[in-house]
Amino acid sequence: MTQNNKSSVTENMGDGISLSRRNLLKQAGCVSATVLGVGAGGAASTVLAQGTASPRQERIPVREAFETLTARESEILDALVSRILPSDENGPGAHEARVVHYIDRILAGPAGNLRELYASAIEAVEAYSGSHGGGSFTALDEDGQDAVLVAMEAGDMEGFPGSSAAFFNLVRTHTIEGAFSDPYYGGNRDFIGWDLLGYPGVRMGSSPADVQMGEDLPPSRQSAYDMAPYTKDPVSRPAANGGAAHGD
Amino acid sequence: MATELPRTQVVVIGLGAVGGVAVLPLVNAGIRVTGLEAGSWLSTRDFAPDELRNNIRDWPQSVGKAKQEIPTVRPDDSSVATQGSGHPMMNAVGGTSLHYWAQSWRLNPWDFKVVSETTRRYGVERLPKDSTVEDWPLSYTDLEPFYDRVEHAVGVSGYAGNVKGTILPQGNRFEGARSREYPMPGLRSSGFTDMMSDAARKLGWHPFQAPAAINSEVYGQRPGCFYHGFCDRGGCHVSAKGSTAVTTIPEAMKSGLLTVTTHARVLRIDNDANGRATGVTYTRGGETFFQPADVVLLASHTYENSRLLLLSTSSEFPRGLANNAEQVGKHYFSHHQGAPVLALFPHNLNNWYGLPAQGVAIDEWADDNFDHSSLDFIGGGNLWAHTDRKPIAAGKMSTFGKAPTWGKEWKAFLMKNADRYNVSYIQKTTLPYEGNYLDLDPDVKDALGLPVLRITARYRENELKIAAFTQDKMEEWYRAAGATDIIRAGLGNTMGASTHAYGGTRMGDRASTNVVDRFGFAHEVPNLGILGASVMGTSGARNPTLTAQALAWRTVSHLLQHWQSIVG
Repeated sequence: MTQNNKSSVTENMGDGISLSRRNLLKQAGCVSATVLGVGAGGAASTVLAQGTASPRQERIPVREAFETLTARESEILDALVSRILPSDENGPGAHEARVVHYIDRILAGPAGNLRELYASAIEAVEAYSGSHGGGSFTALDEDGQDAVLVAMEAGDMEGFPGSSAAFFNLVRTHTIEGAFSDPYYGGNRDFIGWDLLGYPGVRMGSSPADVQMGEDLPPSRQSAYDMAPYTKDPVSRPAANGGAAHGD
Repeated sequence: MATELPRTQVVVIGLGAVGGVAVLPLVNAGIRVTGLEAGSWLSTRDFAPDELRNNIRDWPQSVGKAKQEIPTVRPDDSSVATQGSGHPMMNAVGGTSLHYWAQSWRLNPWDFKVVSETTRRYGVERLPKDSTVEDWPLSYTDLEPFYDRVEHAVGVSGYAGNVKGTILPQGNRFEGARSREYPMPGLRSSGFTDMMSDAARKLGWHPFQAPAAINSEVYGQRPGCFYHGFCDRGGCHVSAKGSTAVTTIPEAMKSGLLTVTTHARVLRIDNDANGRATGVTYTRGGETFFQPADVVLLASHTYENSRLLLLSTSSEFPRGLANNAEQVGKHYFSHHQGAPVLALFPHNLNNWYGLPAQGVAIDEWADDNFDHSSLDFIGGGNLWAHTDRKPIAAGKMSTFGKAPTWGKEWKAFLMKNADRYNVSYIQKTTLPYEGNYLDLDPDVKDALGLPVLRITARYRENELKIAAFTQDKMEEWYRAAGATDIIRAGLGNTMGASTHAYGGTRMGDRASTNVVDRFGFAHEVPNLGILGASVMGTSGARNPTLTAQALAWRTVSHLLQHWQSIVG
């Protein structure tokens, strides 16, 4: 998911000049960052010059299309995984890491056999929430949502093809995978998950000093597929175009 | 009808860890060899540092033969067998040696003589009652020259502990005598492994970096390890790991005598009316071929070795090739490597870039390295504290009873502790038993309509007692290193499908209890050699690959010395 399937997204660079990120990256292949910087203001040149090191607060959420989840399903699922790995005073969580995008993509691909299970489970969550005073899961407050998850984890909810506890374990596993896998797969946006764990990121090697206790390595801020050997693309790309925007 | 191909001298089924080694001495002797491999060639460009793909999705870029024939498993005859989610076999040139940890141990001398040594030291009544264990028909000393050849051919790093009887403090003082040191020094230590080594010395133990088929320095044309931390189920991005795909196979191909046929799915080994193997039938791209050969070497994974023999029925072998004595599938066991101890430390360990083969071993409690007179079991376990941490695995870490498993408190726990835990790896002496075996599943079929293998096996009292004993030792070690919290996993029950799978075509002099003779050729089919851990009758407390590779080299060496009598 580096640059081939990006939606055409408009980014406000903070200085009143809007640029399409796709166009920005297209141009980066043939126009130097300095030239672009002149045209687009300081923020753009910063993004290009720093490549993957772009601070996440400068990013604007991208509304990439879901591949198989419906809009409503994605909202409910997003609320659900956000209770498993919440956003709080300790930092961003499953929502910001775009765990639902990860789940959407596996349901449209390698875990396609689970698509119907997710559909049933989301319906069951809604039914349970409705019968417990919420109307919808997304209308419940955090405590109310947590109570639904407690019931699901305990196996006390009906409407699941298997037990609700089995689905809870599944969605918890997918939340972990989405939050902590390589951002190539649609989650772990801007390395939110790896930062949360203190994982300094994939790199090609480590030195003896790097693996001493107390060493605090700076994050590498790259996907495995930013690394030239793994793109499997015979044409090498300019560095500035090599995956500058993880998760979008 | 199968298309008959031109005759070859030796056909090797499977170009993995053992088949990939066997081809080298064959072509060096001028023998023409055809290697049939179900998978494809992979290159360093396929080995991205990607935990999801390697560890969760099981290498989707490889051909999925193994995925279509996952064995079913049950603990005993009265239980229902169910199919698991994965197969430890890897389909690619290099096989499991591409993505294994590459720990490359020799067995202890005791492992070859469990029956006679136990009888001598403690009395025959100490052998577990329903075990079918036999002494190997060869000793450690017989295998030593072949260990040595493999260590140099694939490149093993490590510290010798015993060279011709001289004990060396940097290595394993309990090992059998070696003819010379390893070709390279051991992998480097880290802050964590240094801490564990110091703790072991405080306890009076003798820690050492165990051997690995991973370069610690430039070896031939291949570089030393980069330590990027994706060795576990990952291929090496710089070819520092001594997979046969980057060592013995390309070396053998230089001769022009080795033909590698990829995407070849072997259906059966054929035989004539005299009970001799005539060649191999396989499918490739929807077509069926027959490859005639003077000698057939069966070198797939332990499970597939038994399965292919059982599938190769004929009027001469109605219960499967080389199975008239009904020993194919018997004496099966998978290594008891489970039942780990988990430790939580009060500080970060910085293990993010470690390899599973980089760590500290304690051999004091392995096999018969300690006195069992007052104990109620035989054998033991090797304690291994290793580096290796990846983010999804860290996200799934135990909360040690200190936090819930989801929500705000869980997140806070993960943020604090993701780099503070360690999980031990304890390999335990495991034995074959009556009632533990492999056969064809009566119901479950693969994509070609052929039955998958069924595993019927469980650990017995001896293995569970070793597990409890070694957990005590492991906890003592972690506590000495400063661990604040310890969890012991359950001791184990069913023997599931494992990368460390043994038996099914055991090696021994008695044709009534063994499939292959002391050199690895089938008692019932003189020109059929079987390579792999499927011929091993004991496991010791060690990874099996180096021993399986040394045995493969020895089988080929025997073939070359007795070519005329074996080919007939």
